[in-house]
Amino acid sequence: MLEQQLVNALSLGCVYALFALGFTLIFGVLGVINLSHGAVFMVGAYAAVQAMARFDLPLWAGLLFAFVFCGLLGLLIDFLVLRPLRARNAPHLIPMIATIGVAIILNNGIQGIFGAENVRFPAGVVSGESLDLAGIHLTALELGIILLSFVLMGVLMVALKRTQLGRALRAIAESPKAAYLLGINVEGLFFLTSFAAAALGGLAGVLIGLYSNAVFPLMGQPMLHKGIAVIILGGMGDIRGAMLGGLFLGFAEVLSVAYIGSTMRDAVAFGLLFLVLLVRPKGLFGSMQERKV
Amino acid sequence: MDALNNFWSVYSNLVLTLGTNALLALSIWLTLSCGMLAMANAAFMGIGAYTSAILTMTYGVPFPVAIAAGMAAPALTAFVIGKPTLRLSGVYLAMATLAFGEVVRIVVLNAESLTGGALGLNGIPPITQWWHVALALVLVLLGLWRLRRSKVGRAFEAIKEDETAAGLMGIDVQAHKMLAFVLGGAIAGLAGVLNAHQTFFIGPNEFGFDRGVDILTMTVLGGINGLTGPVLGGVILTILPEALRAFGDFRLVVNGVILVLIVLFLPKGIWDPARFRQWFGRKGAAA
Repeated sequence: MLEQQLVNALSLGCVYALFALGFTLIFGVLGVINLSHGAVFMVGAYAAVQAMARFDLPLWAGLLFAFVFCGLLGLLIDFLVLRPLRARNAPHLIPMIATIGVAIILNNGIQGIFGAENVRFPAGVVSGESLDLAGIHLTALELGIILLSFVLMGVLMVALKRTQLGRALRAIAESPKAAYLLGINVEGLFFLTSFAAAALGGLAGVLIGLYSNAVFPLMGQPMLHKGIAVIILGGMGDIRGAMLGGLFLGFAEVLSVAYIGSTMRDAVAFGLLFLVLLVRPKGLFGSMQERKV
Repeated sequence: MDALNNFWSVYSNLVLTLGTNALLALSIWLTLSCGMLAMANAAFMGIGAYTSAILTMTYGVPFPVAIAAGMAAPALTAFVIGKPTLRLSGVYLAMATLAFGEVVRIVVLNAESLTGGALGLNGIPPITQWWHVALALVLVLLGLWRLRRSKVGRAFEAIKEDETAAGLMGIDVQAHKMLAFVLGGAIAGLAGVLNAHQTFFIGPNEFGFDRGVDILTMTVLGGINGLTGPVLGGVILTILPEALRAFGDFRLVVNGVILVLIVLFLPKGIWDPARFRQWFGRKGAAA
């Protein structure tokens, strides 16, 4: 029984981590708390549902479509909203407020076009097969989510640590101005980050839409709250932290449902977050530079 | 006179909401003016609303007592959680206070015998009169205006500009932050009391994450450099969705577009005296 709980926790944790990867990427590189990430995530799920239902596409094509579509949406948001604010040196709260506006537009736009009701993926897009190992039940979808999130995290981490591009991104995260003086194409990399983060968000939207079999206009909002909890737990702007934070939250929630009761599930998540912040203000796995005069 | 009566019967709720939203915007402005991004105001509003509603419904206490209790309860809560929380700064403080807000919401959701759980509290006596709201707003504005010009207000400003330097000048940073946080909590609680006794019904989801973000948006959009900005922001964001009814299903989309445009073109908020001076060519006039 406990083993089964742990497997469930692992897949839920991976779902959270997948969402948090893009979220933390934007914060790390652009320094913006992107409150439209939940809406982009929802758009990804809708993009895949529409593509798969209208053109009879298989799941991999739907995932790819959502990935590209949301990536372009992220670019558009960056180009129209975040870039002008960067150019104007807006105070730090301002970009966050702007992304709230973007989230309102996306959430209500989708609701206006497709209605508030729940839409579903076409039946049979995910193989109903499942793995039974030593009494543990693992569906193909759960396995896919776990594998995909670990692969994506691995790719991101290697890319950030080992490639020239990753080094440039980390330089920007330290100081955009210094990076610019070193000849790094800062604007280009901001665009790239916006693309990648939104694309990852869209991918997460499809997977979570499949996982909970529910796609609706406000599906991104609870995820956004969880995502904030995850990147705080993991340390803001830290890829590995987002993954660990996601898993941690997944385990905390599943185990609290199993042993305390389902009504307090969210209280556990946020209560933990609150406590973690009080004891370790930089997050469980993060390191934060104190700003000194 | 008839026209006025008609207007009032249709829009009285909206007018009262203007007042309570302006109070909420001022409550978060107070912590912002001390350099803290604390986002527990929705939770404080909820605590105030629930405390007072339970008092008037179950115990039938008079309204002034309910108001006092609805302001004291969140202030006390702010004092208790402020001790450990206010050591955090920047986004971390914002997140800790948001997380606290979620905890409050979920506790309210689960304390069914007291709060009605997810169904909320129904049948709160609608005793809030328009002049209650107006009086509350005027008193709070007056109080904050005096505060800004006092030693305490200047200390807030110093802390906002540079915490370390303020500390070195002999300002007790922690105590001032605590004061701003507790006062902000009390004002948010006041808004909660007035709102609860106007709308007949309160539920836990009215005081969640989205409300917290809404309150912050009003203040930042209005401009955080004075008392006019938050009030203006609260008024605009309350009226906007009503004014856009003609757009039907897409009215909130237009609302979002306007929000983004304001942020893009007026990054310092709508009320920005420096810009006005620039526009009208009077330079160097005192703000």
